[in-house]
Amino acid sequence: MKTRVDFHAEVENEMRISLPSLSVNEGMARSAVAAFCAQLNPTAVELADIKCAVSEAVTNSIVHGYRDTVGEITIHVMLCEGRMIQIEIRDKGCGIEDVKRAREPLFTTDAQGERSGMGFTVMESFCDGVRVSSRIGKGTSVTLLKRLHK
Amino acid sequence: MIRSSKHISYELKDDFMVIHIGGEIDHHNAVAVRTEIDEEIVVKRPTRVLLELSGVDFMDSSGLGLIMGRYALMKRLGGTLAVLDPSPAVLKIITLAGMDRMISVLRTKQKNNA
Repeated sequence: MKTRVDFHAEVENEMRISLPSLSVNEGMARSAVAAFCAQLNPTAVELADIKCAVSEAVTNSIVHGYRDTVGEITIHVMLCEGRMIQIEIRDKGCGIEDVKRAREPLFTTDAQGERSGMGFTVMESFCDGVRVSSRIGKGTSVTLLKRLHK
Repeated sequence: MIRSSKHISYELKDDFMVIHIGGEIDHHNAVAVRTEIDEEIVVKRPTRVLLELSGVDFMDSSGLGLIMGRYALMKRLGGTLAVLDPSPAVLKIITLAGMDRMISVLRTKQKNNA
């Protein structure tokens, strides 16, 4: 039985990768996802959007989910019929206390640093859908949905 | 990726500094980039700075923080900062954040008027 995703489309190909939450892996994570998605022949703009959204989600896991420790980040990419892509970035970190507030533009827990607070805004703007589920002490899952041009 | 100063170079004429940044700007390398740039600005004390971004292949919201931080630094020092020649992808995220309403975004032909 084939996996079905939020687009209600059949999954034609999928990839799972797992990385420790080291910042040096941010580039690897987005490049691996982009390389896998490239088989659908996306435009350069679409690929840039995917890389940026993935980078934001992975960075959130590193900076917020595992802020004082190193844990596992898993990325599950599903290429679906109709040129649709679902990417789930999951961590088992501290979780987000108030997801709605965290998704507000310019919200940041890094008041003393230079985080822009635009991570979720970037994900939402560069993708066709973003779903966030989080439980305190259990972790966070961010699902990015992207439709490629026909 | 920006790992060292080889991805950052500087042009200084009188009080006018152009900082060329190349590679990728993400959370991982933003701290190193900003540390190096800030040292250069504090030592050379330009009154006008252009961040030339045509060589930036990738930038996420960490780059927004990097630009805003340097803008704030220049403002504290009594100077100005503008962005020069961002790629379409970089310009897209700058515009998304509304940063172009606060910081001038220029093309090469406008450089001498910055």
